[in-house]
Amino acid sequence: MSDVILSAQSVGRTFGAFRALYGISVDFQRGKLTSIIGPNGAGKSTFFNLLSGAFPPSEGRIVFEGRDITGTPQHKFAALGIAKSFQITNVFPQLPVHENVRVALQALASRYQIWKPRSSLPELADKADALLETVGLTDRRLRAAGTMAHGEQRALEIAMALAANPRLLLLDEPTAGMSPEETKAMMDLILKLASERTVVLVEHKMKLVMGISDRLLVLHHGELLAEGTPDEIRHNDTVKRVYLGQREH
Amino acid sequence: MLNPHLVARCKQHRVILAIAFLVIFPLLMPFKAIAVNILIYGLFALGFNMLFGTLGLLSFGHAALFGGGAYACGLVMLKLGLPWYVGIIGSVLAGMLIAATIGAFAIRTRGIYFAMVTLALAQCLYFLADQATDLTGGENGLRGVDLNTIQLPGFTLNFVDPLTRYYVVAFFVAVALFVLSRILASPFGAVLEAVRENEARARACGYNVRMVRYLAFILSGGFCGLAGALQALHLSIVPLETLAISNSGLVVMMSLLGGMGTFFGPFVGAGVFLLLENLVSLWTVHWQIFVGAAFVACVLFFPRGIWGTILMGRGR
Repeated sequence: MSDVILSAQSVGRTFGAFRALYGISVDFQRGKLTSIIGPNGAGKSTFFNLLSGAFPPSEGRIVFEGRDITGTPQHKFAALGIAKSFQITNVFPQLPVHENVRVALQALASRYQIWKPRSSLPELADKADALLETVGLTDRRLRAAGTMAHGEQRALEIAMALAANPRLLLLDEPTAGMSPEETKAMMDLILKLASERTVVLVEHKMKLVMGISDRLLVLHHGELLAEGTPDEIRHNDTVKRVYLGQREH
Repeated sequence: MLNPHLVARCKQHRVILAIAFLVIFPLLMPFKAIAVNILIYGLFALGFNMLFGTLGLLSFGHAALFGGGAYACGLVMLKLGLPWYVGIIGSVLAGMLIAATIGAFAIRTRGIYFAMVTLALAQCLYFLADQATDLTGGENGLRGVDLNTIQLPGFTLNFVDPLTRYYVVAFFVAVALFVLSRILASPFGAVLEAVRENEARARACGYNVRMVRYLAFILSGGFCGLAGALQALHLSIVPLETLAISNSGLVVMMSLLGGMGTFFGPFVGAGVFLLLENLVSLWTVHWQIFVGAAFVACVLFFPRGIWGTILMGRGR
């Protein structure tokens, strides 16, 4: 199997007259944790949304495991083996935590079964419990998801993203709005997940991802400014100027 | 306070409880015809609420599904000369077919646009029925949908007798309630909840949200079509107004009045609405003012609807 799991080939995106992203070409290595960083407005979220299929690129191609997935509708991504978490917390707020995960698991097992009861799929309930254990939400399983603390909801989102057992996990600012303790727990969780699958992470706070990433991509004004290991990025003069320089004030 | 264990038990057996209620219901009503009307509109409202309450889609064209079912039942009996139960089956299929057609256009839109597209297409059907006088009787309605006796192995039911008629209609409503309850408890029911709760998340999970909506619309059409057929048999005529916009509005009101977020709410709403209409109109011809005022008061002070408010007081 090829080492490249996901490849963006001259991918660009415009919104009306505004050019959010200029032809970016990147290969994402299988089994690595790659972080996409950059200041506000650098095009990180646009790039993430193109990779995760929220909307198609205006130009270029996106190739997953050798297969062109440009323009594939969002709901087919889970079956391909790609899952994502959202930047804004995105759960089913009124449903119990356990049902959130169960319904995510059900997407790949049974979509249009209208006659049997839900309990006819007991293996889903068990798997949901296992996933809640992974993200540390076992004791919350019957709470309405929307009533949990912010950090717990983000963890639930990760559990839902894992439901499809994806080979590629895309995370959009998973620690946004979290307390330092929650951030620490989330980073530990991400490290644990990255040991088993490919993870691509979008993050605003560079310091957070320096320690855990295998590779870093730096975006700036919609262009790929630099790419390399954390060490290379740390010593890259251009990056220092546009990105690190900003953090001092 | 009610024992929460008992409440949970009741929820579990809601269909059995509902059937028990259906059996004694006509004895509580001032006259039997109201009871039959409440059953029919209750079923219509439940079918409508499958889209409105369960999925959050406000259709303003459900009269097309209800009226389409009524006409289908009448036409199967009058023009094809087939028995009434074939008419019932035809009405369910017609309701689903009309829903599939309207849905094919409407399901791409959302919110007010969805309401407008469904409304416009339902109006098309209304004018079509109005013009096709040879088939539908036009303004005069489709007359002569007569059902007097029902032959069952061993005995004969007299459908003209009000109480017998009630129980025949109640039988079909009970079957529909059972089917609806199964659907909502099924894996597909779980998908409906997920789509209502968070569309983007449901899509990321791998659900084709548009397809889910479309299927729910078609299922809703089946229930509404059945309600229409029962009305045709009950009235022995299909008035053109069955397809009218006022009927679409009525079912929205009933759902809101009873509580769109609950299983039986729409049924309760239909009951309260029709009872108010009948009782107030005995006293004054301006009954709509009073029913309207009751509706406004309910929306303002009990946004969960009558049934939703009762359940909230008990359950939690």
